[in-house]
Amino acid sequence: MSRLIRMDRTGHTTVAEWTAGDPTSTEAAVAAFRAELDQGYFALVSQGGSAEQVHELPLDADLVILRRPIAGG
Amino acid sequence: MAVAPAEAGGALPELANVHWRRRADERSLRRAGRLWTVSTAAHTVPFVLAALVLGLADPILLPFALLCLVHAWAIPELYAARGARVTKRAGGDRGGSECVALGLLGDLVDHAARELHGRSGLMLEPGRLGVWLVGEAGAMLVRPGGRRVHCYCVRVPDPGLPPSDRLAHLLLALRTDELGFVTVANLAFSGARWRVRRRLRTPARVALDVAARQARRREPPRG
Repeated sequence: MSRLIRMDRTGHTTVAEWTAGDPTSTEAAVAAFRAELDQGYFALVSQGGSAEQVHELPLDADLVILRRPIAGG
Repeated sequence: MAVAPAEAGGALPELANVHWRRRADERSLRRAGRLWTVSTAAHTVPFVLAALVLGLADPILLPFALLCLVHAWAIPELYAARGARVTKRAGGDRGGSECVALGLLGDLVDHAARELHGRSGLMLEPGRLGVWLVGEAGAMLVRPGGRRVHCYCVRVPDPGLPPSDRLAHLLLALRTDELGFVTVANLAFSGARWRVRRRLRTPARVALDVAARQARRREPPRG
């Protein structure tokens, strides 16, 4: 089961869960993913010491994280 | 050197918010370090010279000479203190939501980094530019060789986020695009590691020592 999570004020929230090959769960996850991007979140997949920004939901990823923009302090 | 690209593959999208800045690279980091050194010397040397002149001119001027020396000492110290502040822990709820955030943060790193974070509040992250210590409201880069550090003020502009979530935001942005991260962040200090170290809390000093040990294994940048 793959997860789309959003880092927010609760610590993090699971926005969607899907199983590759299950059209119902993947469609719901893709819709949720787009809605979060429209809200201004950035999505990324982190593996090892690197992270990759993604603009489409990678259905084969185990974990996709949504983060807020950062800024110079 | 190119202006910070906002849409380049793998680049931080936040670069669009600082489109006037040139994208950082190894050369610009070296130049920033040299400029900080020159600037510190420019602030310090005139006061040292003035102290010498006053001290030699007339013994009655010795108090003024001493004042000049204090000034020459204080300016670099103030800059170093500003650099050390990037490692300070941010305020915010450390209750239930922080536990949840900490769990996610822990999943992103290995055991050694987790353990050091538990002690210091700083996350050790090796990068291409050196060894990073990422905090809740900034990050410190120990350059290869371990002698120079760059301190950056950078944050998530959402005060309601639990502290570990703030750190995770910075860590993930850093992993996405290290040079973009440096471009977006504001440089608070660049200078000798020992200068900043003196201004850190003991746990943060330990983390800086660990980062410096790792950075020493790398060849210092030339030029």
